[in-house]
Amino acid sequence: MKMHPRQTQKIAISLLIGSTIFTLAILVFIIVFVLSKGLPIITLDFLLKNPEEMGRSGGIFPAIVGTFLLPFVALLIATPLGVGTAIYLNEYTRESRFTRVIRFGADCLAGIPSIIFGLFGFIFFVTILNMGWSIISGSLTLAFMILPTIIRTSEEAIKSVPNSYREVSFSLGSTLWQTVRRVVLPNAMPGILTGVMLSVGRSIGETAAVIFTAGSSLRLPHTAFDSLRTMSVHFYILAREGLSNENAYGTAAVLIISILSINLVSYWILNKYIAKKTK
Amino acid sequence: MKFIGEKGVNRVFAIIAFSAIAALTLIVIFILIEGLPFILQEGIGNFLFTSEWQPASGKFGILPMIVGSIWVTIGSILVGLPLGLAGAIFLSEFLPRWAMKLIKPAIELLAGIPSVVFGFIGVMVLAPLIRDNFGGPGLSIICASIILGIMILPTIMSISIDSIKAVPNSYREGALALGATHWQTIHMVTLPAAKSGIIAGIILGLGRAIGETMAVIMVAGNAVIIPDSIFDSVRTLTANIALEMGYATGIHRQALFATGAVLLVIIMILNYLANMAIKNKSRTR
Repeated sequence: MKMHPRQTQKIAISLLIGSTIFTLAILVFIIVFVLSKGLPIITLDFLLKNPEEMGRSGGIFPAIVGTFLLPFVALLIATPLGVGTAIYLNEYTRESRFTRVIRFGADCLAGIPSIIFGLFGFIFFVTILNMGWSIISGSLTLAFMILPTIIRTSEEAIKSVPNSYREVSFSLGSTLWQTVRRVVLPNAMPGILTGVMLSVGRSIGETAAVIFTAGSSLRLPHTAFDSLRTMSVHFYILAREGLSNENAYGTAAVLIISILSINLVSYWILNKYIAKKTK
Repeated sequence: MKFIGEKGVNRVFAIIAFSAIAALTLIVIFILIEGLPFILQEGIGNFLFTSEWQPASGKFGILPMIVGSIWVTIGSILVGLPLGLAGAIFLSEFLPRWAMKLIKPAIELLAGIPSVVFGFIGVMVLAPLIRDNFGGPGLSIICASIILGIMILPTIMSISIDSIKAVPNSYREGALALGATHWQTIHMVTLPAAKSGIIAGIILGLGRAIGETMAVIMVAGNAVIIPDSIFDSVRTLTANIALEMGYATGIHRQALFATGAVLLVIIMILNYLANMAIKNKSRTR
């Protein structure tokens, strides 16, 4: 029996709509589920007090500090390297075997799973360089992880700066470096910023690479060589060892709110940027 | 940077541009340095194809973990591919621009949710459902496949959307002008034209699924057995590393790095295939 093409189309389209709605429903369910269980737990004390009894009670203040400190230090390391690579690839050289190798390396790095980064960070930074489980080991490992994202997004941003801008700058007698610094970078900045924000989002949610390099100390760190715990790691330990489901939900809610707001801000920056461009 | 001059700046950037390659090289070298000697000493066949993993008595066979990783990864593609592809087709071919602008970021938010949260939802919601309805431990291949499938959905979807959007409009117009329905145009013209991009998305999704660690540890049950059914518990390669890394020393730790080396090789092969698929696309156009 052969169906009429119009009938096949009707069936196909309803299947497509069904799957899309299902996907969106999953997203809504996850966020609503975590927030509905977690939001009642969140109080000022929960946010600002130290954990007690391994996190069974008390707050998550050190984990919040760790969650933002670790990606921040990682960005300090990865942003100059990533943006620098992007500038070199687009402004200082033509397509050649060398640039292809660099791009291939960045793509490969992007595909490496976080547990491998964790293993590497553990053997290289923690053990061989003897930095121990510390902020510095954790941030260096994270910096390696987010480097490809920053290269990629910065490249897109730099590419989208119109060539006429550069030509005007050159015709006024500026050197290449002056053009990059005063014309290309300022115009590419919003795009670069979006990439940076997206990498922050990614590193905040990271667990496997962080737990083996930054450790899981519950105390507030005082130096770059102290161990710390991020919210993702704290949540994992609470949930996995069954210490406290309540505090786990609370931590997950704070975590998700942080990541959602970071992502929303980066979309907002990007949209403003696109709006400005099309004007 | 007046003091180093234009040439100096050029050189500084050339050095910086090496950072990604340097990072990749360091990672590969150190994982191999730690893992390879063990594999050579143990014998590659012994390591890959025996199924007893008892670090305390010196037995290191990762066959159950390899089988576990394969099961879970195939399962996650079976869940993630139809949903991701359907969503991609619907969003890019049927929705007006403004709706697409609203829904695509929402799907990408799904990618931003940390893997530990997915894992936790698997434990709290999905595993009990499976246990009550189908028996078994609940934490199982099917549970891990569903959770991972949802996790790789955004990857498959956003790459598929990009490659569907890249199909020139003249193709669609040609098909429609010949009297094809909208759906016929999609599955006979648009999808075949976007095929290599979609395949690249699937391969990248595979890579994400094989490499995922924290969510899998929470929902797969982690028993070192070769599973008989999809309701059995399994342990993946990644879970094997993360579960035992905390306390492993000596030869046990080397065995974990060797597991990491095996994983790294699998991922590299997948990356290479994805790259080929993408290259293929740019050649045919």
